[in-house]
Amino acid sequence: MKKNRLDTAEAGVSLTSLSEFIDRARPLRNAQSLLMGTLHHTQELFEYIPREAVELISEKLNLPTAHIYGMITFYNYFSLKPRPAYQIHVCKGTACYVSGGSRVLERLKQELKIDVGEVTPDGLFGLNVTRCLGCCGLAPVMQVNEDVYVRVVPERLPAILNSYRQKGIRGKASTRVGAFEHPGQSRYDNKRQATGRRR
Amino acid sequence: MNEKKVTLTIDGIQVVARADATIMEAAEIAGLCIPRLCYHSRLSEAGACRVCIVEVEGMKNFVPSCCTRVAEGMVVRTNSPDLLKARRDIVELLLDNHPEDCQTCARNGDCELQTLAQQFGIRERLYQGERKHFPVDISSASIVRDPDKCILCGKCVRVCSEIQGVNALSFSHRGFRTNVGPAFDLPAAESVCVNCGQCTLFCPTGALTERDDTEKVWQALSDPSKVVVVQIAPAVRVALGEPFGFQPGTDLTGQTVAALRRLGFDRVFDTQFSADLTIMEEAHELLHRLAHGGKLPMFTSCSPAWIKFCEHFHPDFLENLSTCKSPQQMMGALIKTYYARKQGLEAASIYSVSIMPCTAKKFEAARPEMKASSFQDVDAVLTTRELARMIKQAGLKFSELKPEEFDDPLGESTGAATIFGVTGGVLEAALRTAYEAATGKELERVDFNQVRGFEGIREAEIDLDGTRIKVAVVHGLANTHRLLTEIRAGQRHYHFVEVMTCPGGCLGGGGQPRPPQGTEPLDRSFYQKRAAGIYTIDSRKIIRQSHKNPQIKQIYAEFLGTPLGEKSHHLLHTHYHHRTPKGFASIREEIFNL
Repeated sequence: MKKNRLDTAEAGVSLTSLSEFIDRARPLRNAQSLLMGTLHHTQELFEYIPREAVELISEKLNLPTAHIYGMITFYNYFSLKPRPAYQIHVCKGTACYVSGGSRVLERLKQELKIDVGEVTPDGLFGLNVTRCLGCCGLAPVMQVNEDVYVRVVPERLPAILNSYRQKGIRGKASTRVGAFEHPGQSRYDNKRQATGRRR
Repeated sequence: MNEKKVTLTIDGIQVVARADATIMEAAEIAGLCIPRLCYHSRLSEAGACRVCIVEVEGMKNFVPSCCTRVAEGMVVRTNSPDLLKARRDIVELLLDNHPEDCQTCARNGDCELQTLAQQFGIRERLYQGERKHFPVDISSASIVRDPDKCILCGKCVRVCSEIQGVNALSFSHRGFRTNVGPAFDLPAAESVCVNCGQCTLFCPTGALTERDDTEKVWQALSDPSKVVVVQIAPAVRVALGEPFGFQPGTDLTGQTVAALRRLGFDRVFDTQFSADLTIMEEAHELLHRLAHGGKLPMFTSCSPAWIKFCEHFHPDFLENLSTCKSPQQMMGALIKTYYARKQGLEAASIYSVSIMPCTAKKFEAARPEMKASSFQDVDAVLTTRELARMIKQAGLKFSELKPEEFDDPLGESTGAATIFGVTGGVLEAALRTAYEAATGKELERVDFNQVRGFEGIREAEIDLDGTRIKVAVVHGLANTHRLLTEIRAGQRHYHFVEVMTCPGGCLGGGGQPRPPQGTEPLDRSFYQKRAAGIYTIDSRKIIRQSHKNPQIKQIYAEFLGTPLGEKSHHLLHTHYHHRTPKGFASIREEIFNL
């Protein structure tokens, strides 16, 4: 299981990069208004917000950690735990629900041996429930990162999961959101770019 | 400040108020006290609890009076039937997410939420919904936090940030899961919390309370193999009477001693004796630093929350802290060494208790360094509130007790020791002794009025017979943070600085009785009464300088040798260390004056 703390050299590089980011931004605004953007940037760098990063931000912006923690936990967007390589969203909106969405969810729980909101010990899959993905005519729907699966029946799930297991952690599609770095770019453009990219 | 005035009508009464006043402030002028929970006049406005809503003519909804400004010609009603019903509903909804355990709650009979429910005539629980459940945080040696009892008024968050600058607490998560706690939901013991306990004075419910150690002390008192020894801090004697109907500032030293004997304590000593001792050591340490180029400014070290603050937030100033232990710990060390030897007692059979106005003293007593006697020097620390509770449990008629004297030889003290309980007092006491030690001359007047008062930061220049030294007094940690930042930046220069964590000094400590209904914590005139009590005790003492205390002379002659000597070094001095997590305090825009 990936820990909530950083331990790799790669992470050290990211912390340095975060530190430089704050140094660049610091003269532009006061600490309070810089915090939001800095947290966005942190999540982009690490794909979650590690404690080391909070401590660094606290020191650099001279803001108390309790305050930063309050900000992080207020917004759903920020995560304090490492994100899974593949986040599965199962729709439980009305249309999906009546056409068997909950059976899909049950089967996923069995296959992955985790509950909703949890991440598998290998950090590969995370399971979430969503309310509507906007294609009710194709219910039941589920989404794995950017890939959408329609008319899902539980029997198809092992094969779908295996296809991601073969790609492994390194093969995942980037889910970066570039809103902070490129304010002019729409979320849609950004997603479209990202889907094709492999790391 | 806006000097413009406006006229408005509140409940039919014409009121002239400052244009930037809130409706609540204007209502006070009209002699009305609008019910409230989250409001405090010295903290920022939150508008969180909605209990203070009022009706304003022409406005569609009820508005919170604590954060709505007055306007010319405004017509306000504070008690229409609809309004009373809405307020009652608000309190009922707060109760809905609150445990029904009033009888077993630490704040039973002293709880603002309970009082409101009583005043509003809530006799049944109409709303029954899901309740939050969080674990109780008992990790701290000083403070217990029970989030289930929290009504999210945010007073603790604001006092911790705005008055103390510590920012140990913050709101986290949101909606139904909103909680107040340290960063990362860590236990308080692993946070930057300095245990000052101001949050326990501000909390309207039982969500934040002192750790109750009375059970431990009752156990020791009933153990025949233990000699239970107790010491009382200066600020306790002018506040202990409040829960028994006495005015704040009433000197109840003798009654307190009598009460402690009735409770079964075998020896009753005075922390003021060791305060005199602290002055002997600290005044000589100051003179030594001045003469030998030691680290300056020297900071006083009696306030344990200030020490922890320095260790977390300003580790670069640790060498500036006086190495003197606080009076509590000096007394603790002496009881189990000097006194034990004198009386032929085994140190192991002594159970040492202290009565303090302070929650942080509990933490201090538990510090691993505090084992000079090779035992824990102080075994249990009770706050003034806990002692009042024990006296009530024992059924003592406190007001009818005949005053009694402290035991010898650790019970004699001077006026210099009494003023340890008020901001500026430690500095003044040190000057009374340092002056005579440095100059060899008698002080004509021992009062140093220039360091007294309730301003957040005070400074003075003292002439030690030709050598002028600059001194400062600071209370409240947000003020302290500001002072340290400015010293570091070279904007302020001192030789000696007294720091007290709590606004007003120990008399406003986090372990003191909460002010009565209708009086806020940090109320200036309330604290002034306690201060006046302390200065009166001092002025009535015949001996008012620590070095003239005959028992202090005796202990140096027969046990300690000289101030800063080897024995003192071992028993009366300590060291500090850098603590994690590192704290970052935010600067308050202006100095907080009580």
